Amino acid sequence: MAAVIHTEDLAVSFDGVTPIFEGLNVAIEKGEFVAVVGVSGAGKSTLLRVVADLIQPFRGRVKIDADVDRTRLAIAMVFQAANLMPWRRVKDNITLGLEGLDVDDTIKEERVRWTLGLVELDEMAERWPHQLSGGQRQRIGIARALAVDPDILLMDEPFGALDAITRGVLQDELLRIWRETGKSILFVTHDIEEAAYLGDRILLLGGKPAGIIEEYPVNMDRSKRRETKAFVDLVEEVRNGLQTAIMAAAEGSN
Amino acid sequence: MKPTTRYALSATGLVGFLLIWEAIAQSGWVETHLLPPPSTLPFTLKSEIELGFWQDMLWASLRHYSIGLFIGSVLGVTLGVAVALFPRVEASQAWLARVFRPIPPLAWIPFAIIWFGITETAAAFIISIGIFWINYFTAMAAVQAVDKDLIEVARAFGHRSMVALLRKVILPGAAPGILSGLRAGLGQGWMTVVAAELFGISGIGQRMIEASGLLESRVVVLYMFSIALLYGISDYAFVHIQKRILAWQR
Repeated sequence: MAAVIHTEDLAVSFDGVTPIFEGLNVAIEKGEFVAVVGVSGAGKSTLLRVVADLIQPFRGRVKIDADVDRTRLAIAMVFQAANLMPWRRVKDNITLGLEGLDVDDTIKEERVRWTLGLVELDEMAERWPHQLSGGQRQRIGIARALAVDPDILLMDEPFGALDAITRGVLQDELLRIWRETGKSILFVTHDIEEAAYLGDRILLLGGKPAGIIEEYPVNMDRSKRRETKAFVDLVEEVRNGLQTAIMAAAEGSN
Repeated sequence: MKPTTRYALSATGLVGFLLIWEAIAQSGWVETHLLPPPSTLPFTLKSEIELGFWQDMLWASLRHYSIGLFIGSVLGVTLGVAVALFPRVEASQAWLARVFRPIPPLAWIPFAIIWFGITETAAAFIISIGIFWINYFTAMAAVQAVDKDLIEVARAFGHRSMVALLRKVILPGAAPGILSGLRAGLGQGWMTVVAAELFGISGIGQRMIEASGLLESRVVVLYMFSIALLYGISDYAFVHIQKRILAWQR
């Protein structure tokens, strides 16, 4: 299958001297769900921002293979805090990404209806963000990203600030949306169980400068995944890998 | 507190003040030219209207005020936003602002007369100075306080030019602060308008200084209340507009 995101020897440095990560080669295939976990400061969120072209790489490049026209964006991002514009109603937050595209009002309304349906908040179009719960705001953040009909969704710890029950509900909703839309997803999380439940693959970022130190394929049926021993073993394996990376980082800084 | 209770208390406070004032003025303890009783105000207003002074003076002051308000607000907000957005602009004006900010608007009166003569332009110039600084600093602070995460969101969704960011995030995000500055400027303008007219430009200030020279203190009080009325109306209208613009706030 063709890779929709391909990073080649990617390095990022904020001071132009010390790289956060370097030599990063990541390929995400069409329709693939890839989860990224790692040591704090390894550049998980930074990786998403480089792919989204919000940060320029220090070295290397990001190749995006998306077949988009003036009515779509190749990439859309979902942030940890939903970061909805408080002065825009829900429907206007959802159309934020469409406002620079060549789409008329009818298409905008259709996308609002479609995405609100996907996140099951059909009745919320006229609400202000402050009238929503944390979970609802995050769903609108997902709807906003889906509205531009991207090939790639970048998700930066989107459920990290939610309570455990809401997080579980949204994880299942995200999987349903992913199945329905066939988007490629690069999903950063600090929650290993979440990564193992959602991902087709888990990338473990660590080292100094950081790189991919381990890659874990997740070959399990999602509907029963959480109930299997293989799932528990995988979570344990990733946890051990992360623990080793954290200890290595601590020794390196001493 | 219920709104009706609040209104009742506010009205009681105002009426109580007027009654105490009337009682003191009527008691003979102080001469009426030093403290005219409020009960003389309706007659004073009637006579000023019949002489054509009240409407002419208010209209003249309103003109100076409006021009000064417009120029001070537009320049203040524009430069405040620019300074917040561009570090080089900020650096280039930092010391200038420190030098000029503490100079009160009234200190510019001599230059206003030298540059513009005893004209409406001179009054509008003085009024605009105080309004300028209020808007300049509040607009700058409001833009600097815009959530950087929201700017990143706008960029992530394709709005990357400065114009697009201004339209989508910076100005809407800074709107509460900018509007507060505009409202403060609205009040500051009325405070300056009288002083700006004291040196002979037709308007409320000129009529007040004229009346005080003749010990017609009831006329002075009438125009003081007229300013309060004009300020009250303009502030009420502004708050109404502000609430509509900021309907998204809790």
